[in-house]
Amino acid sequence: MSKAKGKLEVIEKYCKGCSICVEFCPTKVLAMDAFTVKVANPDACIACMQCELRCPDFAIKVEKIA
Amino acid sequence: MAYDYEKSIRPGKLPHIWCPGCGHGIIMKGLIRAMDSCELDLKNTAVVSGIGCASRLPGYLDACTLHTAHGRAAAFATGVKMAKPEMTVLVVGGDGDGTAIGGNHFIHACRRNIDITYIVMNNNIYGMTGGQFSPCTPTGAMASTTPYGNPDPTFDISKLAIGAGATFVARGTAFHATQIDKLIAEGIRHKGTAVIEILDDCPTTYGRRNKFRSVVDMMKRLKDIAVPVAAAAKMTPEQLEGKVLTGVLYKEERPEYTEQYAQVIAKAQGA
Repeated sequence: MSKAKGKLEVIEKYCKGCSICVEFCPTKVLAMDAFTVKVANPDACIACMQCELRCPDFAIKVEKIA
Repeated sequence: MAYDYEKSIRPGKLPHIWCPGCGHGIIMKGLIRAMDSCELDLKNTAVVSGIGCASRLPGYLDACTLHTAHGRAAAFATGVKMAKPEMTVLVVGGDGDGTAIGGNHFIHACRRNIDITYIVMNNNIYGMTGGQFSPCTPTGAMASTTPYGNPDPTFDISKLAIGAGATFVARGTAFHATQIDKLIAEGIRHKGTAVIEILDDCPTTYGRRNKFRSVVDMMKRLKDIAVPVAAAAKMTPEQLEGKVLTGVLYKEERPEYTEQYAQVIAKAQGA
């Protein structure tokens, strides 16, 4: 069985860099840049939606691609 | 599929004004999901608020919104519901707005059992006005007006609502994001006053004065203190020390106020 995969989009102008998504991502896809979050490891995304669910700033969108 | 929140948000309103890591955004997402699951028509939904950080929320929602005087959200919401009983009326506000400045309106809305859903975002502090202590600031905690620690005991908003007569009372946290929409949706479907207390974090005026190193620490605290009602039934009082119960805390059926009032009108008109 192949694992689910996701594609992440960070809307930078909405992101305030609170780092909640970085902490709660189970596969360490996200990392902090200077003031906003960046997608550091896109291939590891399993589309669990934790970051989209917990982002207080409506700045993350996850599309399930597989 | 990414969830489409922006269909319910007024165009051009994002980014919102809340601080980095403030849970109000997470709760707003939960509210939008709850409104979607109840299939509410935004043109027939009134979202009422008072003053405060949490009370900024209606400004972003593309519903019928009303931003009123400090603490008076429940009073305005009662007015809206009385004038238009067919409307779904939601109230959002913080702990200071709802239980201190608006405490009187809050308890009397609960007492009347008018069909409104009151969402209290309890972040333990007055955030917008500069971090003054609220009735929900924990005893001993630091606030801008309690530099030696808060000597006051705290309000338990859910118990207050139950005592005042609300017929649906539930509690969630900003950490338990998927639970928020379920509790709010159940509150919206309930006929009568529903109070949903959601424990929240305020990193800017509460967290940094009370030795939380980061937003994530505040979120983890919410995770640690929350105990679901069912799990709490099997725990001893010692194990429950310092914990808060989450889930649906109270539910009863009682005559709803606008229906009762319609009977008064009918009687007065000699029907």
